[in-house]
Amino acid sequence: MKILVCMKQVPQKDAPLKLNESGTWIREDVSYEVNEPDAFALEESLRQKEKHGGEVVVITSGPARAQQVLREALAKGADRAIHLEDNAFVGLDAFNTARAFAAAIKDEQFDLIFTGLQSDDYGYAQTGVVLAELLGWPHATIIMHIEKNDAGIRVKRELEAGYFQYVDMPLPAVLTIQSGINKLRYATLIGIKQAKNKPLRKVTLAEVQSAIGANLQKIERLYVPQKTKNTEFLEGPPAEVAKKLVDKLRNEVRVL
Amino acid sequence: MATATVPKSKISGGSFLLEARTPHEVFTPEDFTEQHQLIGQTTEEFATNEILPNVEKIEHKDFSVTRDLLKKAGELGLSSVEIPEAYGGLEMDKVTAAVIADHIAKYAGFATTWGGHTGIGTLPIVYFGTEEQKKKYLPRLAAGEIVGAYALSEASSGSDALNCRARAELSSDQKHYILNGEKMWITNAGFADLFTVFAKIDGEKFTTFLVEKTFPGFSIGAEEHKMGIRGSSTCPIILNDCKVPVENLLGEIGKGHVIAFNILNVGRFKLGAMCVGGGRVSLENAIGYAKQRKAFGKVIADFGLVREKIANMATLIYVGESLVYRTVGLMDVALGEVDKSAADAAKQTLKAIEEYAVECSIIKVWGSEMIDYVVDETVQIYGGYGFVEEYPAERAYRDARINRIFEGTNEINRLIITGFLLKRAMTGQLPLMPAIKKLMDEVLSGPSQSEELEGPLAEERKLVAQAKKLGLFVAGSATQKYMQAIQDQQEVMGAIADMVIETYAMESAVLRAQKIAEQKGEAAASLPIAMTRVYLSQAMEKIEAAAKKVIAAVAEGDMLRTQLAILRRLAKHEPFNTIELRQQIAGKVIERGKYTLA
Repeated sequence: MKILVCMKQVPQKDAPLKLNESGTWIREDVSYEVNEPDAFALEESLRQKEKHGGEVVVITSGPARAQQVLREALAKGADRAIHLEDNAFVGLDAFNTARAFAAAIKDEQFDLIFTGLQSDDYGYAQTGVVLAELLGWPHATIIMHIEKNDAGIRVKRELEAGYFQYVDMPLPAVLTIQSGINKLRYATLIGIKQAKNKPLRKVTLAEVQSAIGANLQKIERLYVPQKTKNTEFLEGPPAEVAKKLVDKLRNEVRVL
Repeated sequence: MATATVPKSKISGGSFLLEARTPHEVFTPEDFTEQHQLIGQTTEEFATNEILPNVEKIEHKDFSVTRDLLKKAGELGLSSVEIPEAYGGLEMDKVTAAVIADHIAKYAGFATTWGGHTGIGTLPIVYFGTEEQKKKYLPRLAAGEIVGAYALSEASSGSDALNCRARAELSSDQKHYILNGEKMWITNAGFADLFTVFAKIDGEKFTTFLVEKTFPGFSIGAEEHKMGIRGSSTCPIILNDCKVPVENLLGEIGKGHVIAFNILNVGRFKLGAMCVGGGRVSLENAIGYAKQRKAFGKVIADFGLVREKIANMATLIYVGESLVYRTVGLMDVALGEVDKSAADAAKQTLKAIEEYAVECSIIKVWGSEMIDYVVDETVQIYGGYGFVEEYPAERAYRDARINRIFEGTNEINRLIITGFLLKRAMTGQLPLMPAIKKLMDEVLSGPSQSEELEGPLAEERKLVAQAKKLGLFVAGSATQKYMQAIQDQQEVMGAIADMVIETYAMESAVLRAQKIAEQKGEAAASLPIAMTRVYLSQAMEKIEAAAKKVIAAVAEGDMLRTQLAILRRLAKHEPFNTIELRQQIAGKVIERGKYTLA
């Protein structure tokens, strides 16, 4: 199987975030890491390759720093990488990112495309789904398990409240992968050493420019939530207080 | 981008005392390649996911866990970066070796084991082994299948290892050496498979042997009850007519000292890197505690005296990183010139590393004293909780202490620093004497207009230049008085070493801050600059004190007064506002919850 894994570089989980001057996104001077669900998507692709053979290709978009996620993936066992390198890619919405990816891989024949379930920064959970639509492929989201069979694949999806759904799908298909479904491997030193010599194709903004258009989504304003503390005293006989409390917990705080 | 500004041409060891360096001549953590960063990340993940969850078991000496971890580390490649590819190693640069040591040192018990195995347990074969010995042992050591140990010290010989009593005699059939004696303080002894053992053939010729634990006549004594690093194994080994095949003689007969001295020398920089890594963990614990512990209605991280400690710790870690990576960067350039295919490649490699013996000893001394300060202040921040075993401060405090003792005591290393510089000066390898003479002429001709430096950190660079002059001035006065006999004046040698250590640390801190400022702008360098200023302030105090101590011992009367006047002139500087600087540093690292430069 030939699998493409879409990966994103996101700010490190514990990085202190500061708003940029226009208040539309965070300042770029933070440390970055691989988007967590993407790491599990990569791991799943490597396991599929180990079982069924084939090739794992990783793709990302972003400035030069984003190359780090590709090198890490190559070090863990991906065969080659595609880097849509330009600072402008950072500002694209999910739709445009998917269009750029689709354009960059138009000459490739993949059986499967994996993305993480969503990104840890914007959290849109859209890129994979939109990409499937653009390619005219079926897709399934929140994937926990993948089994290849003669007709295609059988996947396990996570639904809410402990329910799962099993779906039979033809190939090619796009799957968005849930975090925690496998145990991530380490990049071994020999892998890291070899990654340097694995092919990494760079795609410029100009090459995919014609495929993308104006963003359909935009962040107008980003702000740090203000901490407020509001203490309310419920008064009356205990039974009445309890009733009011249950009502508040159920309808206002919605924890019941 | 990084590769454009890292040093490329070789710089002589010890020359930092005489020459001014530019930021482009030093390697810094900001110059790490993608590969260095990925390896740091893998090591970090290994330490966090594999080592830390096992601390309790290892601390109680469940060494099966330790062996498993060594195996896992081997599989990842963490234990073989200094082993040639031909023998199952990865053969990578010393920056990589330092990065791994730095990040694996999250728990001292295991770090000691790993350090003993990959360093003194493996490197003697890398540098002195025959083809057969290398083929036989190195691949398995690299993979962590067998564990290495190093047996030099004895009950009555440590720093003076050449005084050892262990003996070796050739058997009558000339197929074995028969070893007798007892070695002490052997790291990893409890579970190691292969020991590099030193003994005197016929009681005279100091020689090295590779001894497998299964050899007849070899046994291991009881575990020591140690103050710290209890998660490592330390036992004596007993050689009772131990039969060692002649092909297991390492190096040359009577040349054991060459191995003994070189192996400690090549490992020292990693000890410094481990101290930096351990210090970072301790600081993180201290900040975490200070942010949640309340007193007088606020968290103690808000109190000036606590913030001062946190700022000091972060500053020291910054300087430690600067020192360690600058030095391994120097070594990598020199090692790049070694012809790996040459017959004497190992010898050339050792020589390239020995070039930086002074710098490596500095890292060892400075790093081990730095971490002792950090763990001590961590206990202080934890207060009563720092004194009980349930909290991490207590163990870290005990664990750190050994660093000043093993791999050459700090006293021995101080003597190495000054002794090595003087030796190089005598042989003309380092033009120390002309530099001293020039300075003496300059200072004796009265106050002169000091040259104005320009650009970022000009004031700080000027202080470094003053520190160098103070060092030369004191070394000049002391050598004038004692001549060759200065070697016997240990207190003077030690004080000069302190000045040299502080000068190297100061310069490393300044050059790194300067490099960050030049590459990312002064705003991005605000924390490194603040840390540099804090460090320079305390280092100048130390240098001045050491200088006074020596001058007072070598001069008297009018001469003393003249020299003290010169000293004051050379040391003169306006103090930085370190209270404000430390507040600035503390604010950032406390907010971040750990060591940070941004």
